[in-house]
Amino acid sequence: MTFLNHLINGISLGSVFAIIALGYTMVYGIAKMLNFAHGDVIMIGAYVSFCVTSYLNLPVIAAVVISMLVCTVLGIVIERLAYKPLRDASSLAVLITAIGVSYFLQNAALILWGSNPKIFSSVVAGLPTLSLADGRLVISSEAIITILACIIIMIALSLFTAKTKAGKAMRAVSEDKGAARLMGINVNFTISITFAIGSALAAVAGVLLCSAYPTLSPTTGAMPGIKAFTAAVFGGIGSIPGAMLGGILIGIIEIFAKAYISTKISDAIVFAVLIIVLLVKPEGLLGRKVREKV
Amino acid sequence: MKKKIALALSLIMLAGTVCLSGCGNNGGNTSDTGNSSTSGTESAIRIGGIGPVTGGAAAYGMAVKNGAQIAVDEINAKGEIKLELNFQDDENDAEKSVSAYNTLKDWKMHMLLGTVTTTPCLAISPETYSDRIFQITPSASSPQVIEGHDNVFQVCFSDPNQGTASAQYIAEKALATKIGIIYRNDDAYSTGIFESFKAEAEKLGLDIVSVTTFTNDTASDFSVQINDAKSKGADLLFLPIYYEPASLILAQAKSADFAPLFFGVDGMDGILSLENFDKSLAEGVILLTPFSADSEDAATKSFVEKYQSAHGEIPNQFAADAYDAVYAIAEAVKKSGVTADMSAADMCDKLAAAMTEIKIDGITGAGSQLTWNDKGEVSKAPMAVVIKDGVYVGY
Repeated sequence: MTFLNHLINGISLGSVFAIIALGYTMVYGIAKMLNFAHGDVIMIGAYVSFCVTSYLNLPVIAAVVISMLVCTVLGIVIERLAYKPLRDASSLAVLITAIGVSYFLQNAALILWGSNPKIFSSVVAGLPTLSLADGRLVISSEAIITILACIIIMIALSLFTAKTKAGKAMRAVSEDKGAARLMGINVNFTISITFAIGSALAAVAGVLLCSAYPTLSPTTGAMPGIKAFTAAVFGGIGSIPGAMLGGILIGIIEIFAKAYISTKISDAIVFAVLIIVLLVKPEGLLGRKVREKV
Repeated sequence: MKKKIALALSLIMLAGTVCLSGCGNNGGNTSDTGNSSTSGTESAIRIGGIGPVTGGAAAYGMAVKNGAQIAVDEINAKGEIKLELNFQDDENDAEKSVSAYNTLKDWKMHMLLGTVTTTPCLAISPETYSDRIFQITPSASSPQVIEGHDNVFQVCFSDPNQGTASAQYIAEKALATKIGIIYRNDDAYSTGIFESFKAEAEKLGLDIVSVTTFTNDTASDFSVQINDAKSKGADLLFLPIYYEPASLILAQAKSADFAPLFFGVDGMDGILSLENFDKSLAEGVILLTPFSADSEDAATKSFVEKYQSAHGEIPNQFAADAYDAVYAIAEAVKKSGVTADMSAADMCDKLAAAMTEIKIDGITGAGSQLTWNDKGEVSKAPMAVVIKDGVYVGY
């Protein structure tokens, strides 16, 4: 029964990583860049939601929608101002810019909201926890909602990329930017759409993350961002199911490492597993092998 | 053309960052005197203060700054000696603490009140020792802060004392049969208390059933730690940690249907000041603290009143420790007869010698007088408070 408890906690923690990792992996797949500011967009999303519920006293749904809108706009603006001018620059320059944007967002949040941690009210605060088998198996409503949201987002995204025109354009751009442009696809627009979707997902992730772990400070997004990036690489960066699988596995490994090995070295174990997987399968669990043309 | 617009926009963004971070720094620099020159008023004893006024431990820094200022104002009003306080922010970060220290040295401080938290203090006390600047910390509780430093004194209990006193308190009041502990193993403060608690608990025959840890990087999910304590039947969870992770543990324990007695030490103080914190979560939490704001003692009452009218909240023990620290400084200054025209190094030994001779009627220490030994340790009586209806009540 404790095993089941740990498993559910692991999946719940992993689901948050998975939603964040989806943002990383989509942007990487299409724009071929690591958007290190993604974790901080999550933090902004959580703050916006916090302000809407605490200061404007609007219902939870409104908070989620508003924070998704704000993050979508933020994502597009970041892409236009910081990344688009560097489209043809070396990937290192873009990487450093992304780190710069990350610090910019953290400092902006520091000034806007101050550095004292705020306690985020859970979006599912009213719902009861699910208690099974005489209270030996307890599933929080946050865990249920996180796992559900993760599954829904994953299905929606897969359908979107497979069926819609914009989704097909995204896949085409990720395959070959030049050829896509020749076929009449607006590459810049497609990349903007990708950032918009990724950032909207970040807002959802922010709300879920802070519902489960309710202290909110300007550095809230940093560590989950790094773990989610790890998850994206673990699952095969650029692959949507891979990000999902990677996120959930990282969550489960982290919780199991804490529960059955040691709470002291759980992070070391997570990253050791990552190294082993990458040694055996350098493209990640579900990643595609890309042959470099010479 | 587009490129030019992009360039212009990024320049604006850059300018924004510079301006914003500039504003942030101004906010951190909180000289209360309004004296912006590098050296302070000539006739006043210049006290430098360092602590986290922003960041995760901001509640402590703010409390110390405000509490100390009240004491400084009271002493200045009496007119016997004149003090001046310049408080700098370190965000609970050792590196930033050292730069705050250097700023204060440029200000020509005579003595240091601080630092507020342990980890930065471990970086600062060797500096004051080699620079020969008298230092008194209201709340940095590691024994290493004062160890081998004849110029450093503590107003709070040291970590081993807190751990030992907690174990004794639990045993004496028979609060628990099975004890679970969650501590932060990358933090000197938390580890120090844990070790002394464990040693004393073994001596007293207390049964520790579950010991788990976390680090700064894993301080979000506590399900495993809580599950471990729960499945081993702990009826008391000892949390020698700061209030921010503690608030997460309280919330997650609730959603895991785990309701033991929570027992914290001074780091738990501040949990009620978290914005939007659900105070019902902290209901019944016991913490070991030398100060209780609802005490009937006249000095405490007047301090609480002044603090409340100035800052709109009930002071915690950090504010009280700082208040006592400033009174200890004033007492030592009077006893040793040092004056503002002396250099910090000349003052240092005289003040350190005077510290071991003075006795003050502090507001911390449950009515007992505060005294110090030559190692820099304080001697006062501990007490515990319990959180009831969102406020501290003597236990």
